[in-house]
Amino acid sequence: MSLTKTDKAIILTIWNKIATQADSVGTEALERLFASFPQTKTYFPHFDLHPGSAQLKAHGAKVVSAIGDAVKHIDNVGSALSKLSELHAYILRVDPVNFKFLNHCMLVTLAVHFPNDLTAETHAAWDKFLALVTAVLTEKYR
Amino acid sequence: MVHLTPEEKNCITSLWSKVAVDQTGGEALGRMLVVYPWTTRFFGSFGDLSSAGAVMSNAKVQAHGAKVLTSFGEAVKHLDNLKGTYAKLSELHCDKLHVDPENFKMLGNIIVICLAEHFGKEFTPECQVAWQKLVAGVAHALAHKYH
Repeated sequence: MSLTKTDKAIILTIWNKIATQADSVGTEALERLFASFPQTKTYFPHFDLHPGSAQLKAHGAKVVSAIGDAVKHIDNVGSALSKLSELHAYILRVDPVNFKFLNHCMLVTLAVHFPNDLTAETHAAWDKFLALVTAVLTEKYR
Repeated sequence: MVHLTPEEKNCITSLWSKVAVDQTGGEALGRMLVVYPWTTRFFGSFGDLSSAGAVMSNAKVQAHGAKVLTSFGEAVKHLDNLKGTYAKLSELHCDKLHVDPENFKMLGNIIVICLAEHFGKEFTPECQVAWQKLVAGVAHALAHKYH
């Protein structure tokens, strides 16, 4: 399931809008993740996960920044996220099922903030893109 | 059984009362067919589903989406007995329609995204929790009679 030229154009357009509120989008996606899928909190025993916590904000910003890197190197996401891929494979070892939950919460957050922009086509392109990012991050798991 | 707090039940019923069921149903089903095109396998008789534009403007998709989401209304009315409410539909989806239950989860999540789009900030994280529980409960109930 690879990205078409149209997908890439759509992804970039939406990214430019996300970039204006990148940190809060990331934080909200995480907030929604931990609320709706509480099992994901098991990966953050060392964090204060209450909404508004500094750690949550910092981590949300980090996650969206990485997505931004993937967008900027959309023709070679594997290479752009190589270090993150190793981190997830060897250190974090987040079970792959959880990426789908985060991707879903990212889409919900985008729908909340950019309702007019998330057409069916855009939704499809971003779902594919986030799946691609997931594939890269779990690539080295075994 | 779905375990919902009083606040969560309130989130569900108050949002549901404002949902344009027919329109949102068509939107949700259409999006599923666009975002996960392999789901078109169940709708061979629906005509042109070859592009996002074709899907979203397809009258049969709109009609069927409306039907599906109307049925969701039953879930909202019977939050304490989803399995009973969906027993017959579950048998239908297994024995006649042969739908992989995985599809119920996909559609459920798409309904959540549609609600987020329509209600914006009103669709708070807490609200999302309630609706994720509901769509998971409905998916589970629809799969319950599979054999």
